This record gives sequence, structure tokens and C-alpha cells, in this order.
Amino acid sequence: MSALPSRLARDLHPVAWWGWAIGLAVVASMTTNPWLLLLVAAVAALVVAARRGDQPWSRSFRLYVALAAVIVVVRVLFRIIFGGGDFGLVLLDLPEVPLPGWALGVHLLGPVTRESLLFGLYDGLRLGTIVICVGAANSLANPKRLLRSMPAALYEVGTALVVAVSVLPQLADSLRRVRAAQRLRGGDTRRVGRLRRLVVPVLEDALERSLALAAGMDTRGYGRAGELTPARRRRSGALMLAGLCGLCVGTYAVLDRTAPRVLALPMLALGVVAALLGMVGAGRRVTRTRYRPDPWLLPEWLVLGSGAAAATLAVVASNRDVLAAYPAPDSWPALTVTHLAVAGIALLGGMAAPAPGGAEQAAVGPAAVVVR
Amino acid sequence: MIELRGVGLAYEETPVLRGVDLTVAEGELVLVTGATGSGKSTLLGVLTGLVPRFSGGTLSGDVLLDGTSIVRTPPRERAHLIGYVGQDPAAGFVTDTVEEELAYGMEQLGLPGETMRRRVEETLDLLGIADLRRRDLRRLSGGEQQRVALGSVLTMHPRVLVLDEPTSALDPTAAEDVLATLTRLVHDLGVSVVMAEHRLERVVPFADTLVVLDGRGGLRSGVPAELLADSPVAPPIVELGRAAGWQPLPLTVRDARRRAAGLRERLGVPPADAPETTAAGGLVGRGVTVTHGSTLAVHDVSLTLRPGTVTALMGRNGSGKSSLLWALQGTGRRRSGSVSVSGRDPADLDESDRRTLVGLLPQNAADLLYLETVAEELAASAATADALERLVPGIDGAMHPRDLSEGQRLALALAIVLADAPPVLLLDEPTRGLDYSVKRALSATLRSMAADGRAVLVATHDVEFVAQAADHVVVLAEGEVVSSGPVRRVVAESPAFAPQVTKVLGAGWLRVDEVVARL
Repeated sequence: MSALPSRLARDLHPVAWWGWAIGLAVVASMTTNPWLLLLVAAVAALVVAARRGDQPWSRSFRLYVALAAVIVVVRVLFRIIFGGGDFGLVLLDLPEVPLPGWALGVHLLGPVTRESLLFGLYDGLRLGTIVICVGAANSLANPKRLLRSMPAALYEVGTALVVAVSVLPQLADSLRRVRAAQRLRGGDTRRVGRLRRLVVPVLEDALERSLALAAGMDTRGYGRAGELTPARRRRSGALMLAGLCGLCVGTYAVLDRTAPRVLALPMLALGVVAALLGMVGAGRRVTRTRYRPDPWLLPEWLVLGSGAAAATLAVVASNRDVLAAYPAPDSWPALTVTHLAVAGIALLGGMAAPAPGGAEQAAVGPAAVVVR
Repeated sequence: MIELRGVGLAYEETPVLRGVDLTVAEGELVLVTGATGSGKSTLLGVLTGLVPRFSGGTLSGDVLLDGTSIVRTPPRERAHLIGYVGQDPAAGFVTDTVEEELAYGMEQLGLPGETMRRRVEETLDLLGIADLRRRDLRRLSGGEQQRVALGSVLTMHPRVLVLDEPTSALDPTAAEDVLATLTRLVHDLGVSVVMAEHRLERVVPFADTLVVLDGRGGLRSGVPAELLADSPVAPPIVELGRAAGWQPLPLTVRDARRRAAGLRERLGVPPADAPETTAAGGLVGRGVTVTHGSTLAVHDVSLTLRPGTVTALMGRNGSGKSSLLWALQGTGRRRSGSVSVSGRDPADLDESDRRTLVGLLPQNAADLLYLETVAEELAASAATADALERLVPGIDGAMHPRDLSEGQRLALALAIVLADAPPVLLLDEPTRGLDYSVKRALSATLRSMAADGRAVLVATHDVEFVAQAADHVVVLAEGEVVSSGPVRRVVAESPAFAPQVTKVLGAGWLRVDEVVARL
């Protein structure tokens, strides 16, 4: 297996990683079973540890884990502070703070029950696990390459996002520089004045930079017109618009049970088809090509497929065995074979990805001026 | 090949270019020069199509490429014909690694994958940046960024390269690298190059045609040696040639040296450095060390800035000059070592007291300015209009600081820093983008401040400016002092930092006015 070229060290297609992570997140959202949630988080952590590169975004996983922990703690604290434990086993009987009449239905403190605590814990765990799944995708896939994989019709939007992503660190840099520079001169020391001293030069700098960037992109051919006649451009525009209307009507009809059934799924499908046709038409206008696009090979299928399979299995299982997926707070939650299978599929799929490719050479930090 | 016919450009009622005719032939290197604000960038913008689309103004006349008019073609449709690199190459980068940046233009042109792959590899080799291919663009040095920016337009195989001050931000060695690359392109690929530049001393030897803008909207073009005989802007070597009466004027150090044998005998013993003052005061730094994270920026630097002395701080890009200046001023964090100005350490004071001890003019003077008019800026910092008038006369107080010329804005920032009357003044790269006359004015300002008893330290790449302004030179490399002493001695020791007059006449001679005084 390791001799196949598709298994050589390289960066997996970002869409595959995102698909896998979304599959995991679906698994997490379909259950409050703490064992399954912890398993999903562990799978995400294991795959991240084994398959992330050493680029800046790869180190962000720890932040997401910390955020997840905060979410769990906050959820449980909310349960204690706002009480709501009207039934179940009382663990701690706090005195309830009397509230005025308009705050009807809101409790402050009061008895803390085992049920309400566990409910808060499970709910927090579910949300935290979803956050960890998103974090896994973020640290496994290069966010810029993901934007570059957008369909051709959305190329402009993708470029705008890429530029926005790269501008942020520059803005921080410019902020630091201006703050240091403003300390070198006398001037307004009042609060509003100080803010102005910071904001005006930073904004001027940002404007100048974006103008320079726009000029640079324009002189390098960004936004060249393809060989498309106005008639065809109008046709693809009309298709997109019709598709959008179809999508809106269809979604509404699906959600509103009283609407005629003809408007529901058929309309939705029609809208999707029209929008896709429009996108293809608009994409054909584009005469751009892509330099060294990320390949889509067997590992990509395996990773994406494992995510989809795990999600499907979890959805089916939660419909079949509701008690295992949403355990009652008064009993010990059970871990079923299906749960283990879900986690196993996701883990195996994640590990099917090749090792990350060679990272950028270790570079010396930017010559920034550190200011006390 | 490319031709301007009767091109005129006016912003509202102010004409910048008037009836300009210019022809650029295939494989020609055209150097555009002129005083600040004479319309160099505007002329380049007309070629690329960025003027008037990005700048406003009314354009008249016609631009022809191989006989077809392209004046109505937007820049993006000219991309495969005309490549443009702006003043700050980093500002024009769209992607984040070297390889992707080289491919970006070709992606827009819609070239097939194999062609892109081949051209990227060729260009990496042509510019000698193959080992940088995966590097983050923002972490490259200035010279490397400039070469990547060149490469990113070369992959589109343009017929003409338009470059706006490609070497102004580079240290002498990096600048020579970039210029050597450009000459190779002109010779090997037959690309035409149109380049604007202030520092003629570097570029004139490579130019086939010189275009001098006169500042009133007109231009003169011709063979550099003829045009420079009476041009208002001229590199030191030409001024030396004019003073010595050489015909035709030498443009390279090599030519001038061959002529200079007789002159050297006539001049006699070269002038010597003035004895260093031993006056007390000024700034004394001992063992200053600065780190940024795990990077050592400045290591164990000791230096003394005496009152009445202008010291130049030189060294390649990233050698720690800025870090040292900020640490000496006290705003930048110092890892270890001591700094003392009349017995006090500026780092221990709060920022307003610190300013009265050491003034610092940062690299980007615009970072200091935040108000709408010059008068408001002066009032906010307790500077007087007189102080500004003494630096640069005739600035209207009602003007917006952004509308000032580079030299005027520098003077305004300097007046603001000097409002606190610090006995020690530090300047970080003040000569960027200044023409010869503004640089002369700046060096006179620095000399007069030293004469008032201030200690001045100026970080710069510009060796000709050092020759004019400095008494003492400190050279940094990798954060350490590698050479320090009176200007004539240091310059004699390090040929890379020698001004043109020294290269021609030998150690001891720095400036043309010294030679003129002896003749």
C-alpha cells in the first residue's frame, strides 16, 4: 500500500478534510451520549496529531480544545446559576434569589439536581465536540487552498476572501508600527484623541496598501474578460436567478407543511439544477487555469467516504435506538457496538490520509520591533 | 515598439505631462529620472494603463504598441504585453508562497498547466531564486522580494517591463543583484525595460536611453552621456567629470578611473578626517542586545554618539539597524546592556520624558501624522511653524500632510520630533525616495543640527548620502558592529560602502565639492 504514489507524503485535498470533519460533527450533533462524544473528540484529536503539517494554522487545534472546555464549563455553571432543577435528585440545595414579577420563569440559584447538571454537561459536551471537529478541519486543511478550490464561477469571491485572510496579519503589523511611532511625538493624550492617533494612520496605510494591491492585480491580468457574448452572459445570469428563486420557494415549501407538495421537493430540485447550470455557464466565461491543482485520488475518497459513512451510521442508529443516542439523565449511559463502529470508521478513514507534505522551510521571524 | 504620441496628463487644472513623445525600442533599457514630483510615476502609469484609471486625471494623446493604439485598453488586458512592478513589491503580492506568486499571472491568462509548470521552473532559475520556492513571501528580504516580483511578471513573457524605483529600498549589494538580473533580461531575452529611479549612480551605467523630466511637463531623452552634461540631476561621477572637464562624460567607475590618473596628481594629498570631538554628553550605549522572540536582532553593541557629530549606521537589510535605533530610543525593548543620555536611561522614563532625551524619526514618517492639516499637526505636538520653515521653507499650513511631497513630509515629521528639543536625534532611513536636491537639503539640515550641539545617528543604505552628511560610520552585520570609525577610514576599509568619488580617486576623497575646492 505504501508504494502507491497516492500514499506518498503530500497535503490531502482540503475539501476531503472538511467533508470528513463535517461528518464527525454530524455524528456529534446526533447524540448526547457522553461516551460517544468523547470518542468522537478523541478520534479528531488522534487524526490531527498524526496528520497535521507544521504550518501556522496547524497549531490552532489546541485553541479549539480550550474553547470546547470553556463551553462545557459554562454550560454546567449556567445550570447551577439559573437552576431550573424542578425534578430529580437534589444534590445541593441553594437558596433561591427572589426575582421581580416581570422575570417570570427565570430562576436564580435554587436547588441543583443531578438531572439538570448532567443535562448541562451532555449538552455542553455535544457543542464542545462540534467545535473540536471544526478545529480539526482547520488545523488539517490549509484554509487558503480550500478557498482556491472554489468553483470557477465563484473565483472572484474566493480571491476576495484569500486577500482578506492575508490582510489581517498585515493590519496587526501596521497597528503595532503606528502605535510605536505615535509614542515618539507629542499630541492629543485624551482618550478619543489617542484612538484617532492610532486609527487614522492605520486606515490610511490599509487604504494605500489595498490600492497598491488592486493595481498589482490589475496589471497582472486579474478580471480579464473571457470570450463570452453578452447574450450568453445574460442567459447564465437568468439561470442563476431562477435557481435562487426555486431554492427559496422549495425550502419554504419543505418547511411549511401546509404548502402544496408540488412546490416542495420538485421545486427544490429544479432550483438546484438551474443554479448549477448557471454556475457552469458563468464558469465557462472564465479563461483562467489553475497552477498545480490539488489532486483528488484514492485517499481523498477514503477520507471523505469515512466521514460520510460515520455520519450516515450515526443518523440511522439515533433513529433506531433513541435511548442509546440520548441517554436519560437518571441512568448510566451505555456504549453500543454501533457507537464503536462509527468511531472506528472515522478513525480508520482519517488515518488513510497520507502524511503531510514538506512544509515551508524554517524561516526567521519578521524583523518586527517589539515595543514595551 | 512602444510609442507615446503627444501624451498629456492633467489633474484638474494642473498639468503633469504635456505633449510627451517617447519611443522605446525592442531590448532597450530606458531610465526615467527627474526631481521628486516631476511625473516619473505618472509616465510609467500611462504605459501600464494605471493612469488615469487608478489615479484620476485627464489623459490626452495616444499610446501605441507595435502600431496599434492601446490607450483605451485596461491594464488587465495589457498584462501579457506589459509587466509592472511597483515601488513596494510586497504590497502587490496576491498569494503567499513564491511558487504560487510566479504562477498567478499565468493563471489569469489561462495558460495550460504544463506551460505554467515549465515557465515557473525557468523563471526560478533565471532569477536564482529556486531555493526560495516554498518560502512565505512576507518573510523574504527586500532584495528577494524584488526578484520574486520581477519573476511574477516575467512568467507572463511580457514585451516591456515597467519598474518604479526597483532598487530604492535595497542595500547596495542587493540593488546590484537586481540590476544585474535586469541587464541579463535585456541582453538574453530582448525584453525592453522602462525604469524610474532617483539614484542615478547605480543605474546610469546600464541605461541605453535616459529620459529626464523637467518638472514642467516636458521631457528630454537621449544618450545618457550627452544628456547628463547639463542635466539638473546627475550622479556624483558625472559631477566629477563636469568639474574635471572630461569629454565625453564617463558613466562608469571603470571609465572614470582610467581618466583620473592625471587628476589624482593635480589634487595632491587627500583631505583627512577632522579629529573626533571628545565633548561630553550625547548618548552612550554599552552592550546593547535586542531579541525578537528567539531571533537575535542586535548583539552586544556598544556605541557613543557625541554632540556635534553625525554618525551613519549602515548594513544590509535586516542587519538590525531599526532594532538598534528603537532600543537606543528606549521605546523598543532591550534584552540587556545600558543606554545613558546625560546620566539617565531613556527606557526608564515615561514616553513624554523619553522624547525630551532622544528623538526618533521612524522609517515610515507617515506613521507619525494623523491630522488634517500641517498647522494642526504642528500645534498638536507644540512645534512652531518657524521650526518647519527653517527645515523646508514655503509649506502652506492649510495643506493636508498626505499632499506634501516626500521631502516636505519628512521635514514635517522631523519638526514634530524636534518639538521636544531632544539632545540626541535618531533617523531611520530618511533618504528613501528622495532626489539629489532634497537629499542635499537633508544633509545640510543634519549638519546644522550637529553644529547646534546635537548628537545625530542616521541609519541609511545610501553611501553617497553618508559621504555628504556623516562624520562617523558604524557598520552592522547580523546585529554586531563589524566596523566603526571616522567616515574616510571606514569607507576605505569596505569598498562595498564606498561612494563613487572614492572609487574613482582613491581613499580620502569623498565628495565632489572637496575636489572642486582643490582645482
